[in-house]
Amino acid sequence: MTFLGIDLGNHAGFIIASYAVAAVIVGGLIAWVMADYRTQRRKLVDLDRRGLRRRSASARSEGQS
Amino acid sequence: MLETTSSLPKAAPSGLRGLANPTRFLALVDATLPWLIGITALVFAFGLAQALFVAPEDYQQGATVKIMYLHVPSAWLSMMGWTVMSIAALGTLVWRHPLADVAAKTAAPIGAALTFLCLVTGSLWGRPMWGTYWVWDARLTSVLVLFLMYLGVIALWHSVEDQARAARAAAVLTLVGAVNLPIIKFSVDWWNTLHQPASVFRMGGPTIAPSILIPLLIMAVAFTLLFFTLHLAAMRNEILRRRVRSLLMQQAEAAQRD
Repeated sequence: MTFLGIDLGNHAGFIIASYAVAAVIVGGLIAWVMADYRTQRRKLVDLDRRGLRRRSASARSEGQS
Repeated sequence: MLETTSSLPKAAPSGLRGLANPTRFLALVDATLPWLIGITALVFAFGLAQALFVAPEDYQQGATVKIMYLHVPSAWLSMMGWTVMSIAALGTLVWRHPLADVAAKTAAPIGAALTFLCLVTGSLWGRPMWGTYWVWDARLTSVLVLFLMYLGVIALWHSVEDQARAARAAAVLTLVGAVNLPIIKFSVDWWNTLHQPASVFRMGGPTIAPSILIPLLIMAVAFTLLFFTLHLAAMRNEILRRRVRSLLMQQAEAAQRD
């Protein structure tokens, strides 16, 4: 069987399934890390808006003003 | 003597000690992550092009050898993930490095995912080559045990509320589980297995032709870069998560005082 111009022989299904599973797992890992980063950033921004800041960050901003 | 020492300017901490400061670590991750992402994508694209379009078929296995470019790197990385966790476990228990448990906790899901990929691609390769998806031989079983240990560590992290206690328990479990690493590596030599013996890292050099070996090594570099890129990004997330938690606790304490 030929797939994307590559001759994958009689066991094409196994090869395609392997690469599909790899794409799902790697894509899933990337999506998990990116979504988690967005979630944590959003929570920190939300807390900052409510006036909740780390002591070191507060001290820094006070020192600048 | 003391006066001389105290009059010296304070040097910036270097190496691992310098990274003990999470803020400094976050700055380093922010600076290096875009580069790492770019390099990982490039090496992956090059490796996949070599594996799929350039590398020849194996004279015995035909095109199914293309599964090897996923299976072997994910197998190596599954063991490297546990090695990273073991070093981090030592960092937690012995050196008490502040980022050690962050590194250990965040390496576990990545290692588990790559071990799962290794098991699935191994099964999909085994069916056409061996005539079976699974056999309870020493190599396959010890890798399945590794996967279950990853799940155990992840479950442990999520079941203990106090992260410092969870870190110590996970560190002990990780170091005990590290015994499985040499068992996986040498299982094909110590026992009679359906899985083939080592063909890359072995005494006497690799038994694979360079036309297949080079794309395999490029894919191994790509997977290694992927592991460290994801690990650094996940560590950054974990540090931010801990900041969120400490701010919420700060808020709760203030509310209790009022």
